[in-house]
Amino acid sequence: MKRTGAQIFVESLKAQGIDTIFCYPGGATLNITDALTDISQIRQVVVRHEQAAVHAADGYARASGKVGVALVTSGPGATNTVTGIATAYMDSIPMVVFSCQVNTMLIGNDAFQEADIVGITRPCTKHSYLVRDVKDLARIIKEAFHIAESGRPGPVLVDIPKDVSSALHDFKYPERVHIRSYQPTYIGHSGQIKKAMRLILHAKRPVLYTGGGVISSNASIELTRLAEVLSIPVTNTLMGLGGIPGDHPLFLGMLGMHGTYAANMAITESDLIIAMGARFDDRATGKTDEFAPHAKIIHVDIDPTSISKNIKVDIPIVGDTRNVLMHMLKIVEDEKDTYKQHHHNVAEWIEKIKQWKKNYPLTYQKNSTLKPQYVIERVFGLTKGKAIITTEVGQNQMWTAQFFKFLKPRTCLTSGGLGTMGYGFPAAIGAQVAFPGSLVIDIAGDGSIQMNIQELATAVQYSLPVKVVILNNGFLGMVRQWQELFYEKRYTWTHLHSPDFVKVAEAYGAVGLRINEEKDVDRILKQAFKNNRPTFIDVHVSPDECVYPMVPAGASLKEMLLV
Amino acid sequence: MRHTISLLVENEFGVLSRIAGLFSGRGFNIESLCVAESLDPTISTMTIVTTGNDAILEQILKQLNKLINVIKVVDFKDIDYVSREMILVKVNAEEKTRAEILRIVEIFRGKVIDVSSRTYTVMITGDEDKLGAFLNLIKPLGIKELVRTGPIAMARGERMLKIKEKTEMKEESNG
Ligand SMILES: Cc1ncc(C[n+]2csc(CCOP(=O)(O)OP(=O)(O)O)c2C)c(N)n1
Ligand SMILES: [Mg+2]
Repeated sequence: MKRTGAQIFVESLKAQGIDTIFCYPGGATLNITDALTDISQIRQVVVRHEQAAVHAADGYARASGKVGVALVTSGPGATNTVTGIATAYMDSIPMVVFSCQVNTMLIGNDAFQEADIVGITRPCTKHSYLVRDVKDLARIIKEAFHIAESGRPGPVLVDIPKDVSSALHDFKYPERVHIRSYQPTYIGHSGQIKKAMRLILHAKRPVLYTGGGVISSNASIELTRLAEVLSIPVTNTLMGLGGIPGDHPLFLGMLGMHGTYAANMAITESDLIIAMGARFDDRATGKTDEFAPHAKIIHVDIDPTSISKNIKVDIPIVGDTRNVLMHMLKIVEDEKDTYKQHHHNVAEWIEKIKQWKKNYPLTYQKNSTLKPQYVIERVFGLTKGKAIITTEVGQNQMWTAQFFKFLKPRTCLTSGGLGTMGYGFPAAIGAQVAFPGSLVIDIAGDGSIQMNIQELATAVQYSLPVKVVILNNGFLGMVRQWQELFYEKRYTWTHLHSPDFVKVAEAYGAVGLRINEEKDVDRILKQAFKNNRPTFIDVHVSPDECVYPMVPAGASLKEMLLV
Repeated sequence: MRHTISLLVENEFGVLSRIAGLFSGRGFNIESLCVAESLDPTISTMTIVTTGNDAILEQILKQLNKLINVIKVVDFKDIDYVSREMILVKVNAEEKTRAEILRIVEIFRGKVIDVSSRTYTVMITGDEDKLGAFLNLIKPLGIKELVRTGPIAMARGERMLKIKEKTEMKEESNG
């Protein structure tokens, strides 16, 4: 039986096990939109802006570990996805974005609502396809999902012209994928792993520095075990939070520009850095010449291009972090007696770190005003960490990274690489779709929330009880902070006039609550977390708070400004 | 440092722009790029000449390998290879220089492939040194136009750019 391209598309998604898509229609999607009528296996969440469809697919993917899917129309629908795709690309999030395209015959003619979306997104996708013939459609969909989720994950774009979605062909979903030019390496080289273990055995001041790769390879149990059996302190990048429980005694907190004193000092004084699924981003390393000046570096990553890109490493290991960690644990297990001495080797180091943590904890000045850090501490306290947290970008994001102790992987959803304001709210919607029973909270800024505030309508329409805690400081706070510290307090462009967020929420049919004082925090937050409706909590916090510690841009990690 | 890299890539729509985009997006240099179908019509061979220090070259090779459509990447750094380029030169051919030009062309085993009353168009192939020497001699006589193909390269002896599938890269060489 022949089917249309649109039907082949739907059958392919079903065969792929896709249960949710985030979408927005247009002329070019109509064949597919129509083919999705009454297809109840695939939940179709229609957003209010295509950027949000992609962020929602991204939040869905980060929270669940599954591939996120978005579907949009040609031209402006497609170009609206670019920020979302770039966000997912920078953070290695598995995702397939289907854009519809004008008829094949019209491509290149500046047709109505034509955009060369394959060309536009080429630098921010892992791979992309323009489907030129319906006979290739099923194979391309299969390949797209395979590429998105294997190796170092990333977004893949598939552009489907309208005549392809109406053309007829037999449907057969391929059982396996074979791409002769794409074979990611999962298994770490055993000789390299042995060499690494020898270095670890003799290290006196080792640090595990781990990133998003630990989360995406589901390696947090193995990471925590390795840290424990060898007594190695762990620092996380922003993307790596939740890789080890945030309250673990061996956890140093986040490193980098707004990292903890203990983490940045540990890196600076370490004699061995074991980097796992982290990519030595400039926000994490500070000045690269002075990053870990006394340390040898082991780097485990599934992507060879990440290795020795910014910092020359001594022992590269290409492979899946979980796989390599399991191999390392096996070595420790097999040579128990040898590795026992390691605890003794590092005793002094662990003691030193304990002192740093005690003497320079994350803190803020408490006074009569309502502090944003306190609000986050209470969000953590009231939820006991049992929530999926998304953030926007700015101070809200850094305070969340510092003061919310992420206990589990896949509970910290944040735009780390691109730093996309407007990410958190739609990502929270995506996470809530993946986990309808979980408490999902977007910790937002008054600036960022305005970038995708229209998604309130989506949350209300689909009864997604997402909570948005707006740390309303009346400023684009993070930019204001730089102006305060480095531009003599000229607050050009950064003062914000915002609408009444309570009324905005109510106008959309959501719940709006407000907190003005510290004494209201617990009561109102409890009220918000209890109700099962989308809720904005407009928290009026002190306007002139800064995020500390701070390593100024271009300085070395030990040059921290403290509170 | 100058490097010659050979690639086997899928002979598909859009592959060239991925490679060109990689170089421009990451700030790598391309001195020249040659591409055409290989013996196997599903595969194209590309020769790229680029410059950069060892760290940059390492990134270029890894980034090229990472592109899904790239089947194989070979850097000729540690491989004995031959490389040739073709140039077309339109030179001033005045009464008194015509004979001189022909003499030089002959010494370099070139060919005059087009003639007008005032110009010769000369084709010549060779490695970089030979072409450089030729151009140095001909320059004083007046070059009106020059077109170069950029070099293509091949390993010496029996060694081949095998159309073997991209396998696990050796870890030690990944560092
Ligand atoms: C889309 C986008 N535009 C601009 C920026 C630059 N930027 C980074 S933080 C920030 C301020 C964010 O303000 P707000 O959401 O109120 O958060 P706060 O820092 O006050 O907590 C800006 C403008 C960005 N990260 N993303
Ligand atoms: Mg703000």
